[in-house]
Amino acid sequence: MTPHQPNLTPQQHPRHADASSRQRRSLLGHIFTTDHRIIGLQYLTLALISVAIGTTLSLLMRIHLVWPGWPLPLHGLILPEEYLALVTIHGTIMLFFVLTTAPQAGFGNLILPSQIGARQMAFPLLNAASFWLTAIALFTLLSSTFVPGGAAISGWTAYPPLSAVPSAGPGQALGMDLWLLSIALFAIASTANSINTLTTIIRSRCDGMTWERLPLTVWGWFTAALLSIIAFSVLLAAILLLLCDRHASTSFFLPTGDLINGVLHTGSSGSPLLWLHLFWFFGHPEVYIAILPGMGLTSMLLANFSHRRVFAYRTMVTTTLLIGFLGILVWGHHMFVSGLNPFATTAFSISSIAIAIPASAKVLSWLATIWRAKPQYATAMLFSLGFVSLFITGGLSGPILAQPILDQYLYNTFFVVAHFHLIMAMAGVFGLYAATYYWFPLITAALGLPPRLMSERLGRWHFWLTFLAAYAVFLPMHLAGLAGEPRQYAQLTGIPGANGALSPTGALLAHAIPSNLHTTYSAFFLAAAQFIFLFNLVYSLRRGAPASENPWQATTLEWHPFLNKFANPLTPISASDDQITVYRAPCEYHSTSIGDTFLPQWINSTPVNPKPE
Amino acid sequence: MPATITPNKTDAERHRRIDDHDNGSGKRPPTDKRTGGGGDNDNWNDRSRGRRGPNERLHRYRMGVFFALASDLMFFVAIVSTFFVNQATGHINPYNQYVNDWVPTTIPPILWLNTAVLLLSSVTMEIARRQMFRENDVMDEWLGLGKPITRRTRPWLSATLALGLVFLTGQWIAWRQLALQHVYFRTNQSSHFFYLITGVHAVHLFLGITALIAAFIGLYVSHSLETRQILVDSTAWYWHAMGILWIFLFALLAFFQ
Repeated sequence: MTPHQPNLTPQQHPRHADASSRQRRSLLGHIFTTDHRIIGLQYLTLALISVAIGTTLSLLMRIHLVWPGWPLPLHGLILPEEYLALVTIHGTIMLFFVLTTAPQAGFGNLILPSQIGARQMAFPLLNAASFWLTAIALFTLLSSTFVPGGAAISGWTAYPPLSAVPSAGPGQALGMDLWLLSIALFAIASTANSINTLTTIIRSRCDGMTWERLPLTVWGWFTAALLSIIAFSVLLAAILLLLCDRHASTSFFLPTGDLINGVLHTGSSGSPLLWLHLFWFFGHPEVYIAILPGMGLTSMLLANFSHRRVFAYRTMVTTTLLIGFLGILVWGHHMFVSGLNPFATTAFSISSIAIAIPASAKVLSWLATIWRAKPQYATAMLFSLGFVSLFITGGLSGPILAQPILDQYLYNTFFVVAHFHLIMAMAGVFGLYAATYYWFPLITAALGLPPRLMSERLGRWHFWLTFLAAYAVFLPMHLAGLAGEPRQYAQLTGIPGANGALSPTGALLAHAIPSNLHTTYSAFFLAAAQFIFLFNLVYSLRRGAPASENPWQATTLEWHPFLNKFANPLTPISASDDQITVYRAPCEYHSTSIGDTFLPQWINSTPVNPKPE
Repeated sequence: MPATITPNKTDAERHRRIDDHDNGSGKRPPTDKRTGGGGDNDNWNDRSRGRRGPNERLHRYRMGVFFALASDLMFFVAIVSTFFVNQATGHINPYNQYVNDWVPTTIPPILWLNTAVLLLSSVTMEIARRQMFRENDVMDEWLGLGKPITRRTRPWLSATLALGLVFLTGQWIAWRQLALQHVYFRTNQSSHFFYLITGVHAVHLFLGITALIAAFIGLYVSHSLETRQILVDSTAWYWHAMGILWIFLFALLAFFQ
């Protein structure tokens, strides 16, 4: 449903068309739109709702760990199986509906076409369909909480045999089916979105936008989309097989003689490890899908605010692709304790440690880009620097976990929780915050409002509190994990002989309580700090400082006057008759005697051939 | 009031763009490229020189189909790997013996015939696809001299549709024959895979048949030749991919049990 556009003669320049000729689109036209900007905002709204739910669930988990006797209002005590359901839904929502959806589909739709000089995605209708399928998937997942037995309890990884047998637990019947259905729908929607992203990047780049002039964000989206294409259909196949195991008496993942909750499996013998292979073949690329767009954004923002070129642009492109490629080859490092051929263990260990090479190259480039640059510390820049910090801190524990011997001790402890929350969750969210502060004028313009900036003052408060709280939550978690605190345990207290030598487990868990109290308080602090952001978001939509056409002196095309909607927010971009051409690589900044200048990609300052031969 | 006429803004900004076929009459000529990219208001002028041709939208859709098929390939790769893993998986029975209870499923011979039918359907599909791009006919349609493309493509598309239905019927007969031998989906591991693989492939072919019907309707309904070309072309590549995939799956079921 593209909004009706009257035939414009070249003289009736749409950017100067007077207000009377604008037509306000109907409400339905806004909701079921094929405009990639609105679809991007819809994805971001969905992610915002999801992250609010996911955070609430994590706070409930934190409360239950340290105060297991606390009755949840309107519900009562949190039972162990309900704690496991919280773990499952928190992980699923955060990983799929926040960290995959927001960077790749949300900002990927809002910004990507403009950054390559296109006015539409390659398949607008497919794009809208992907979003609505994602929304249905989220609805299915949330609805599973309200069915008899409640939501699934087997974590976001849904390991069989417990996930293959409906009698394995309260949420493993209908709740598990809905979980599988939700993820299957999400996999289809993500694949469709990635097909769209890839085709758009390959075929819709504007004149002069060669592969070597692409902003690194686009390379991030490109690589993440390639990974989605490869990974999500494998997950879909695994879900199909698991559904067969659950409902069609097959035994792909069920071993013979498996006894679960009084139910003996007598059929032929399958292997639960097979699910682990299929799942993690998807699962590991999935975490790179979540973080690669953030890496690209960090590169661009650090360069933008430092007024520098990206240091070693080509190396950054290579490392992005290399991280994607290696990401497909490392799934076994999630299975060191599950049972794996020792030779395979070694191979997976080596490939996992090898990822440190491109990752370090990225960090070096980020540091070199800002080295003695006297950057402008806007909130977006602060969050990008925070991304680098969290990426280093979270990344350093990666090579530790990639060693099978160390991993066998650490895998089921909070050390792993701390590791992936720092490098994937926190770094990912910092990337999203950087993107929001940076592109906020484009968000308001896409909504049909005058372009505005978010409050920098509130933004700085938000950054520093979030940054401190993120470390306060997740650094001590490493120590708790090293001390042996197991993850996915419903409670730390109540084990007989907690203080005596009678029960070493009880003593161990009791010792973990003070550190957990600290983590819980910090988690509340972290969550509370996000209200500053929410307030800033709502306030700035209407009352933020007006943004100029290119408030950050950016060089990339999303700030092109014909591609941002600043002048005429209600006129569709596609109606513009002006030609968009790219003349140079992004981030061209010059220091001259009269001051710093910058050359956006679209400015033709020197009469050169737009395409270098 | 001063006696000067201030030219309005649009006059001041009037500029002819001869390179864009703007003859200055104020109206865009029929070769207006602004509505390029298939009528979705995409702007061909932005594209690099190699990307402005009339087949731009066709190539875009082809690429979309290609990526979708690549993703689909991974789906089948996952299922086929499961086949090999389960084939090699045994268990230890109560007498402490390692048992591998894989019982190979003998494929019904009709599958050979079905395979031949599917290969033949790929040939008819390819002929139909090539009819869509015969330059003389494309020119005739563009000039408004009837619909020769629809006329030429119709029989080959119908033939593909018929052969596709014959294949699906053949697969159904194969399932019936196995069922008569008391080999069902849930009988043993090998039969799980036989039914699963043929079933999932049949679902894909069913989608292909839906696409064929859509292309068939499109031949009559759509006024845009490019849309018709896209419909037939995309369906054809999908159909070929399913044919090639079937050869591998058939070989797997026939020779690697």
